Amino acid sequence: MPLQPAGTIRVRFFARYAELVGRAEAAVAVPLPATVGDVVRSVREQLPGAGDIPERPLAAVNLRHARLDASVQDGDEVALLPPIAGG
Amino acid sequence: MVYLTRSSISLEALLAEVSSPECGGTCVFLGTVRNGPEEKDVTAIEYSAYQEMVEGELGRIVAEAAARWPGGRLALRHRLGVIPAGEASIAIVAAAPHRAQAFEACRYAIEEIKRRVPVWKKELRSDGSEVWVDPSGRPTSKPAHV
Repeated sequence: MPLQPAGTIRVRFFARYAELVGRAEAAVAVPLPATVGDVVRSVREQLPGAGDIPERPLAAVNLRHARLDASVQDGDEVALLPPIAGG
Repeated sequence: MVYLTRSSISLEALLAEVSSPECGGTCVFLGTVRNGPEEKDVTAIEYSAYQEMVEGELGRIVAEAAARWPGGRLALRHRLGVIPAGEASIAIVAAAPHRAQAFEACRYAIEEIKRRVPVWKKELRSDGSEVWVDPSGRPTSKPAHV
């Protein structure tokens, strides 16, 4: 039986989310093909403290805002963004 | 860092960036750390950011403004770190051939920044407590000892 390909996603956490998980980034393995939503699900299930990150957070892929149904590739950087409060 | 700084923002430097004899109107927006009736003894706000993405988004906002208001010039800085109440966290300077375009470009920039640019702020209060600011809902409190 062929192995399902897997990708490693660099996930970054900021502000309150970084406090919840106690770290600024993590490498998360996901079966491919995968979406941002799949990465969020893996993060919430695998990382201690990440269960308090919302199921549908703001997200970015490779420094651009992205929807949760956007696809991700091996090596992508996915950032989970708390509600933006700049200015 | 191009648009981000950890130092006080120099308005004069920004004004110099947009200065042009072809621009007859210059509009300045300063956002400052507030400790008003809606806040509870805010002594400072600590700003943090997804810095690489902020630089990209701000660059795109500047490019969009340049396309929408030809002949206009836009300069801006966002400050990070702990900023005491009363000091500026952001400055936007928009110059254009005529004043209406300068006002419009300045307004466009700050509204897009509020909507798109990944910056976060944590209120630091005089009792030692810290509160993440969530413009979309209620602030999330954290006890002073954590």
